[in-house]
Amino acid sequence: MTGTEALVSMQGLKKHFDISPPLLERLLERKPVQHLRAVDGVDLEIARGTTFSLVGESGCGKSTVARLVVGLYQPTGGSIRFEGTDVTDCPAGEPPAIRRRMQMIFQDPYASLNPRWRVRDIIAEPLWSYGLVTDRAAAARDVGRLLELVGLNPKDGEKFPHEFSGGQRQRISIARAISSNPDFLVCDEPTSALDVSVQSQILNLMKDLQKELGLTYLFISHDLAVVYFMSDHIGVMYLGRLVETGPARKVFASPQHPYTRLLLETIPDITMARRERQPVAGEVPNPIDPPSGCTFHPRCPFANDRCRREAPALRDAPSGARAACHAVEEGRIEAAPLLATV
Amino acid sequence: MMERIQTTAPLLEVRGLSIVFDTRRGPLTAVDNISFELAPGEILGVVGESGAGKSLTGTAITGLLEPPGRIAGGEIVFEGSRIDNLPREKMRRIRGKKIGAIFQDPLTSLNPLFTVGRQLVETIQTHLELNREQARKRAIDLLAEVGIPAPEKRIDHYPHQFSGGMRQRVVIALALCANPKLVIADEPTTALDVSIQAQILALLKKMCREHGAAVILVTHDMGVIAETADRVAVMYSGRLAEIGPVTQVVKAPRHPYTKGLMGSIPIIGSDPGRLTQIEGAMPRLTDIPPGCAFNPRCPKAMPQCTITRPEPLSVGGSRVACLLYEGETS
Repeated sequence: MTGTEALVSMQGLKKHFDISPPLLERLLERKPVQHLRAVDGVDLEIARGTTFSLVGESGCGKSTVARLVVGLYQPTGGSIRFEGTDVTDCPAGEPPAIRRRMQMIFQDPYASLNPRWRVRDIIAEPLWSYGLVTDRAAAARDVGRLLELVGLNPKDGEKFPHEFSGGQRQRISIARAISSNPDFLVCDEPTSALDVSVQSQILNLMKDLQKELGLTYLFISHDLAVVYFMSDHIGVMYLGRLVETGPARKVFASPQHPYTRLLLETIPDITMARRERQPVAGEVPNPIDPPSGCTFHPRCPFANDRCRREAPALRDAPSGARAACHAVEEGRIEAAPLLATV
Repeated sequence: MMERIQTTAPLLEVRGLSIVFDTRRGPLTAVDNISFELAPGEILGVVGESGAGKSLTGTAITGLLEPPGRIAGGEIVFEGSRIDNLPREKMRRIRGKKIGAIFQDPLTSLNPLFTVGRQLVETIQTHLELNREQARKRAIDLLAEVGIPAPEKRIDHYPHQFSGGMRQRVVIALALCANPKLVIADEPTTALDVSIQAQILALLKKMCREHGAAVILVTHDMGVIAETADRVAVMYSGRLAEIGPVTQVVKAPRHPYTKGLMGSIPIIGSDPGRLTQIEGAMPRLTDIPPGCAFNPRCPKAMPQCTITRPEPLSVGGSRVACLLYEGETS
């Protein structure tokens, strides 16, 4: 944390999807209106030049947050600010002066590049659409520079996406994302589709670019080891809410919320070969009909009546992070560090 | 433990297996002359990047290789007799009874039109001489064993009524229902969330131990291997780079590729600043370089590496296919 003001902040961000049955069915069969609360009140701040990571299992709403920030979805409630300017209700691409400064990298490098475009046109598209270049020569110069920056050959601009491997395609996606000279990149599982040896290339590249260009990242991943490597701050999401957030090292060294503990305990760990697992029972509940009170209570070994009744809010925890848990707040679980090595 | 494994006769022997795909542009070698053994009850992890040939090896052992892929060389010996050249019908009797299979996506390995009970009973009756009643009883017992709550009710449910983790439990029950000697598990936890992944791995390990089945666990996740396997085979470009006891391969890898692979995995609790990078990517099957397939990416490549293809040599307790270890074979 550099101590400067937040570049991006969200207050009470909500996104509910209407998944009701068609009107006729509702009238004839008296089916109710249904909403899926994908994101249900998320507050977070991302300081300039740092990486904030969201972790959680599938369906926890982390990708929805990513899409809300860049304006691909309109929020149901709450607000999003970029450098203090409210961009909550701005559609994607509006206002251009701000949208130029926030870009996104997607998970699947096979689906996110247009197969009929040459790489140089893919990378130059943001340059043209934000009016950053006015002639072809300047665009070609910029594309060449960007390709070199991400570790490709400037001549690769003439090729089509299918001529590249997954890792190289992800480099092209990164070149496209940084072509409009943004401050803020939203990276939604950028390495999940890649093999480990290629994943390390991309993670190193992202760290190098962050240093070189002063980028701020919102990094989304389900891989805790990758998150540990990349992040300054993390937020752990469960069923649309943040259950724990704080400096990454503190959260990993002394996880507070029982769900964070569960996640950290269950990841396969190459350093502890032959360790016997303590598998945790239960699965993520259906987000259409989440449990009452704290949504984690059916799987939580520390749950009591209050947890079943009342949803906890994020509060300062002894570790220096913030956790949304009654048991942590009341001191019902001892905050023993799980990883002595950290 | 190791002594016991070495003295018993191997359950499975793969000798010089090659798998070739015939294409319009000529044959492509996807698996190139690999050999390994598997002891009864042993868990062998097979790890590698996509396209390394790890799934194909498993597919060949189960006899499910589809044209244009074919076994072009070598033999697969299971319980002392060759199974790679068996007629379809004979292989079908071995598969399911002696060799079980678990695939990545539990939704596609179950038939959506039949209840899980019907699928279990059918498989049990195909391979074991039990009547309908007894088969159903065995199915319920198996479902209970894999941790499905209320199995006597759940047995009449359809696959879509189960969650991903529960479905993979059903698939494990299905693979083990005829008490096979060998289970091929191809990325069994890749489609699942991390907290479920742990449950399924623990279950797979427990079930195979209790039923005395050996496992070939194919995965790209080194963490899964480190926790589950006894031995690891590392594959690269269809060849075996290194094979050995899990602790040796994970903690003290010898082949430069395995070293790079281990260094490129981020580890919670260590702050390397940068991860080890293996430059480039695995070559396509059409342009595998001469000599060692890894030589263009290898930090320790010597001129000889572009000419001579290294054969796996015993180094310590492992076998390593790398010219660096030519002089120190044991």
